[in-house]
Amino acid sequence: MMGETQSSATFRVWRGDATGGGFCDYRTAVAPGMVVLDAIHQIQAEQANDLAVRWNCKAGKCGSCSAEVAGKPRLMCMTRLSELALEAPVTVEPMRAFPLVKDLVTDVSWNFRAKRTITPFTPRRPDAPDGTWRMQQADVDRVQEFRKCIECFLCQDVCHVLREHHLEEQFIGPRHFVYTAALEMHPLDVADRVPALKRSNGIGFCNITKCCTKVCPESITITDNAIIPLKERVVDEFYDPVGRLVKLFSRRQRP
Amino acid sequence: MADVETIAHDVLVIGAGGAGLRAAIAAAGRGVSVGMVCKSLLGKAHTVMAEGGIAAALGNVDDRDSWKVHFADTMRGGQYLNNWRMAELHAKEAPDRVRELEAWGALFDRTRDGRILQRNFGGHKYPRLAHVGDRTGLEMIRTLQDHGIHAGIDVHMECTVITLLKDGDRVAGALVYDRERGRFHVFRAKAVVLATGGIGRAYRITSNSWEYTGDGHALAYRAGAVLQDMEFVQFHPTGMVWPPSVRGILVTEGVRGEGGVLKNRDGRRFMFDDVPENYRNQTATDPDEGWRYTQGDKSARRPPELLTRDHVARCIVREVREGRGSPHGGVYLDIAWIRERLPNAADHIRKKLPSMYHQFKQLADIDITREPMEVGPTTHYIMGGIRVDGDSQMSTVPGLFAAGECAAGLHGANRLGGNSLSDLLVFGKRAGDHAADFASQHGAVTVDPCAVDAAARWALEPFARTDGEGPFAIQHALQETMQDLVGIVRREEEMQRALVALGALQARAARVAVDGNREYNPGWHTALDLHNLLTVAEAITRSAIDRRESRGGHFRDDHPAKDPAAGGYNTVVRRGPDGAMQLAREAIPPVPAELRAVLTEMG
Repeated sequence: MMGETQSSATFRVWRGDATGGGFCDYRTAVAPGMVVLDAIHQIQAEQANDLAVRWNCKAGKCGSCSAEVAGKPRLMCMTRLSELALEAPVTVEPMRAFPLVKDLVTDVSWNFRAKRTITPFTPRRPDAPDGTWRMQQADVDRVQEFRKCIECFLCQDVCHVLREHHLEEQFIGPRHFVYTAALEMHPLDVADRVPALKRSNGIGFCNITKCCTKVCPESITITDNAIIPLKERVVDEFYDPVGRLVKLFSRRQRP
Repeated sequence: MADVETIAHDVLVIGAGGAGLRAAIAAAGRGVSVGMVCKSLLGKAHTVMAEGGIAAALGNVDDRDSWKVHFADTMRGGQYLNNWRMAELHAKEAPDRVRELEAWGALFDRTRDGRILQRNFGGHKYPRLAHVGDRTGLEMIRTLQDHGIHAGIDVHMECTVITLLKDGDRVAGALVYDRERGRFHVFRAKAVVLATGGIGRAYRITSNSWEYTGDGHALAYRAGAVLQDMEFVQFHPTGMVWPPSVRGILVTEGVRGEGGVLKNRDGRRFMFDDVPENYRNQTATDPDEGWRYTQGDKSARRPPELLTRDHVARCIVREVREGRGSPHGGVYLDIAWIRERLPNAADHIRKKLPSMYHQFKQLADIDITREPMEVGPTTHYIMGGIRVDGDSQMSTVPGLFAAGECAAGLHGANRLGGNSLSDLLVFGKRAGDHAADFASQHGAVTVDPCAVDAAARWALEPFARTDGEGPFAIQHALQETMQDLVGIVRREEEMQRALVALGALQARAARVAVDGNREYNPGWHTALDLHNLLTVAEAITRSAIDRRESRGGHFRDDHPAKDPAAGGYNTVVRRGPDGAMQLAREAIPPVPAELRAVLTEMG
């Protein structure tokens, strides 16, 4: 009995589709170094061939295998069994903020639609006659944090504006604030996304609970480094009378 | 085909990694309607995993670099089996493709004067790889994705192609199922671009994800196209080996580019023990010179760890076989040692190799700034693929184009690190441009409803079988067979056994059965992918048996020397009239005088 508890564990996996479903228990062997995705694959290969799960790189680089493991939004490929309590069944369920497709797979297509509404990268004129630009490493480093995003959508999954209130039509969510921040702080970009942030992107709905930052597998400081600076830009643009006046004149001088 | 929806486009792109996205952007830019199908979500393709960088002779770090040096490096690395026209176009056009990425928002690391920084990599004479730390692939695919979603491309995510459709000799589209609902869709198109990547899933130890089942190779082969150089599979020398669940995950060559060294159990830098003749005058003679090279000393030559991947992988296999390996069957890759040379080494490593740092910390409890990594070869890339015209990327089937890993030619017998991302950009664009032109210059196509019905019926057969076995066991057996019998070190007798085993697996796959229904059913998806895997596995094995010499990624224990005569041809396979695989040797056209002069000049 002791031996068995050391070498196997039970996974309580959500099975079902949009019409309904429930948890199923699967007992499977565990080996050193295993991650949750390995256990799911083993269950799929040995006990449930039709268990639906998304995955690609299995190294925390593609952001496909997002799920809720033991109640926490995680990448299954980066969640090692050694950090979970295996004495009791480990629950594995789909991201709850998105419509369910089947088992652990959700319909995340809204994220792709939301991204298309954001003004794309718009560079200034090239710095050199050969059409290239000059940038300092320090300026590049400033936005690299945002560009690390692997689009796993775990931040969207935990954001209560999306998860509880489903304001998808008025709010683009933390992922896309990070994306907007990457563009707004890009050393070459000249577009202005601040009016959209306030109006169609709904940045005002974010009340800085920092849930998104806590779940980010890339450790992007979403709230402090992306959302709050963007909120400040919105305040500067729309709620600061002196700033508005100055901008009115400076904007006229832009090429 | 009453219940099958038909979607019409001028150009259909299959695959949404770097090559597929670049092709779709190019085709859309020529004003034709473009559809794109991909097996995963947008932005998740294997390009995202690329770490080291994009090879392009920008000459920003060393102004001695030029397209000529890059061309010569690529040909030498490929042991002169390359399609020289592709190697020429690649070397000439890669710099523009990289600058174009920057114009679309990519942010590369910078030189002191603010230009794109370039790093050292195996087989490249000068620092040549534009990069962003060790996550260049993510930067590249995200840039293409974010640019592409505004280019008017009709994207269909999580769709898999069952078969290509033809109208006479011409390609006419594809029959596709969507993973979510399992419904069939006909995509009718005047031109099709295959950009499906590689075949890594044919092996047990691989850096590739589930998607890399040789779909493009097999679809093209069944549509009548020719595959070439299929014996040349690249085993990347450094994959993770421990713990078992991460075995095969890639450890970037950038670790060695930044000064990482390979050591055996006894602490010996064994790469100094075996430097091939044709690289001897480019290789450092002692550790100090190698270190100076990695730190940008232009008078120093590169350390032997940065020899080509085929050679480094074989040296690792030799150390392990002769009992000098690490506890889990690899060797040690040590970057932590640089603290002897750099004051702030730990910070430097975390800055230059952030994702490697996290990968080892999180998956293996190893702090690479303090301890060596255990690494061993992993199936990474196939140099072989669909035979294409060097300029247009069109296959031997009219209207069917291929770009990126699923196309053959650029890399010859061995690919240099960094040449794959540039390959995707250069030939993705060319394939997209030429596919759009082909579509504009040729009339409409008709899809044969009988062919659609037959393919759809075939795809559903696994659901009807009640007595067959599941797909995962067959896939596993296939991976074991290829790993053990057609791996890094090959022998005739073992490969003949592999052919017999593959025949038996084909019979098992023909009887595969799946449970459940058509909605997002990985069992069914795996059952269908199996046929593609089996086709490429047979092509690899037959080609590898026929090449009785050792060259590049193909090493024959029973023919360990290079045969000069075998340097004059490419191995090709095609489907014969009876459905059996036919093999032939096609002479490589002579290198034109002006390119020969470049090769001579570059030594």
